Amino acid sequence: MAETTLATTPSASQEAVPQQGTWLAALTGRLVIIIPYAWLLILFLVPFLIVFKISLSQTAIAMPPYSPTFDLAGGISGLWESFREFSFDNYLWLTEDPLYFNAYVSSVVIAAISTFFALLIGFPIAYGMARAPATVRPLLLMLVILPFWTSFLIRVYAWIGILKPEGLLNQFLIWTGLIDQPLIILNTHSAIFIGIVYSYLPFMVLPLYSALEKMDYSLIEAAQDLGCPPISAFWKITFPLAMPGIVAGCLLVFIPATGEFVIPDLLGGSQTLMIGKTLWNEFFSNRDWPVSSAVAVILLLMLVVPMMFFQQAQAKAQEQGR
Amino acid sequence: MKSLGSIRRSFSPWTDPAAKPYIVFENVTKKFGDFTAVNNLSLTIYEREFFALLGASGCGKSTLLRMLAGFDEPTSGRILLDGQDMRGIPPYRRPVNMMFQSYALFPHMSVEQNIAFGLKQEGMPKADIDKRVADMLKLVKLEQFAKRKPHQLSGGQRQRVALARSVAKRPKVLLLDEPLGALDKKLREETQFELMDLQQNLGLTFVVVTHDQEEAMTMADRIAILDKGQVMQVATPAEVYEAPVSRFVAGFVGNVNMLEGTVAERSEKTATIKGASGAEIRVENAGDATAGSTVAFAIRPEKIKVSSKKPDGAANVMEGEIYDLAYLGDMTVYHVRLADGQVVKASALNSSRITEDPLSWNDKAWISFAPDAGVVLTR
Repeated sequence: MAETTLATTPSASQEAVPQQGTWLAALTGRLVIIIPYAWLLILFLVPFLIVFKISLSQTAIAMPPYSPTFDLAGGISGLWESFREFSFDNYLWLTEDPLYFNAYVSSVVIAAISTFFALLIGFPIAYGMARAPATVRPLLLMLVILPFWTSFLIRVYAWIGILKPEGLLNQFLIWTGLIDQPLIILNTHSAIFIGIVYSYLPFMVLPLYSALEKMDYSLIEAAQDLGCPPISAFWKITFPLAMPGIVAGCLLVFIPATGEFVIPDLLGGSQTLMIGKTLWNEFFSNRDWPVSSAVAVILLLMLVVPMMFFQQAQAKAQEQGR
Repeated sequence: MKSLGSIRRSFSPWTDPAAKPYIVFENVTKKFGDFTAVNNLSLTIYEREFFALLGASGCGKSTLLRMLAGFDEPTSGRILLDGQDMRGIPPYRRPVNMMFQSYALFPHMSVEQNIAFGLKQEGMPKADIDKRVADMLKLVKLEQFAKRKPHQLSGGQRQRVALARSVAKRPKVLLLDEPLGALDKKLREETQFELMDLQQNLGLTFVVVTHDQEEAMTMADRIAILDKGQVMQVATPAEVYEAPVSRFVAGFVGNVNMLEGTVAERSEKTATIKGASGAEIRVENAGDATAGSTVAFAIRPEKIKVSSKKPDGAANVMEGEIYDLAYLGDMTVYHVRLADGQVVKASALNSSRITEDPLSWNDKAWISFAPDAGVVLTR
């Protein structure tokens, strides 16, 4: 027995030294992972919980304009009282008034159509960029990003000047003789599509470009060599290989476009029903913070839940593929 | 079954004036801007031939292959395939298939989908496609990898998929762009023989582009040696090695000693070449070298004998000392410095385990060779 004790003691003390080292390494390793989580927690989850809390509250003529507000002076029982006042009435209200449902549907439809057009226009641009000589590509990339150097709001305002009945576009078309009466574009859905496609095009082009640029052009040659005409080769090779870029681009356009407020407000006129504008009205015109918070929560869930399913499917497909 | 060797030996349509060429390059020039990749090149390739285009990078060999596949059009000249002018025919309508250097396997398709791709384009019935794909998988011994994606395969396996995909359509001509370039040495040697067997079994015409002379020598019926967009020599591997037509070809293929000099005497067959230091070399088969002209005598290292004593009765004997030597196991390479300072490489096969005439650094040595051991080059 004594011998075994003697034998084990030194080895145990030897192990203790590297253990301390790994413990330190583990801590720093954790810290690195903690940073993004902390970022998400503080800047996404906490604000979301605040909004969610407001959505469960009731409007009140007060400052802030809802009740209950947490009052720590009342102690734990006071907090408990506040909790009991929470209700899902605002969510029920959203189902009762068809305005909200229509606004959600119309937002999704407008965003989907805009995304489709952005893809239709963005793909040839990205393809052209990816096939351009390597020396020209940085310049082309720069040109795609260049509009970001001007304020988004100013660029949308500029479209009013182009699209209005006496605007640049109509003047040009009348001058060429194509039309004799100005086209009514401003304050229609067309103007919203133009505005969204224009504003979000770089978000479509950049992921598409990065997917297409990685593609080996000899794959297209191989397809042609095996008897595949160019158009067919596009659908069988280029398109499936660009899919990650297409998906990323579409999400990057669709998500902000669904909640878009500025473009429908400035270009779409008063008749356009979009959820971003509805939210704005509830918040600032009606001063109904709880209902607008409920609108925001539903909007978020509408966008996040399908995306989570999609990402899960994507990860699974990648696991099988890789 | 006939052995491979016997088929090979009897195959030489290029010596038969009545044989119909299968692929003809007729004064083909290809320019990319100011750069001339292929310069007024003419070449004929016969049916069922294993033809190698050998040259350093930038010699135009890949451009030739791409023009045959239809990815590039010649700036001038014609390319005929089985008598038909190929100008204007897009790659997807040519009866040739190419195996790409990068393999160009479709990453989003499995091995069998890759192989079936060309067959589907043809509109082949599904049952036939399945059968052909199974045959191809068996041919390249990848049956159990049918469902894998290209990135789940090793380099050698990918190479076989690329090969299976390019022969699946049974093209008239298979073009191979550096087919073994990405494989390691051992695998490359094995695959060389597999490619030769495949070509024999399927009865296809192979045109292979390579920068590896050993690969070309092993596999090809004939080799075209290219430089700066022009053909330097077209011949069988043995002819290219033993009877090069120019200094470039002699230097490009294998090791060679180039002894420069002028023709001092010339008879019908023999000639005497005088080097700068006054040393004379007596040669047979002097070709078209005229008296007084500047020539090079090209001789392969293995054709030179090295000995410590002056050999008797040899036509050409020179004295020198062992400057360097390398023992390679199967043979020993000697670098012998001659009296005039020129270093000559000579190699000796180690056919017995203990050499009778050991030579070491700085030893006095004699080199000797027969009058027909080398060739006289005027170009």
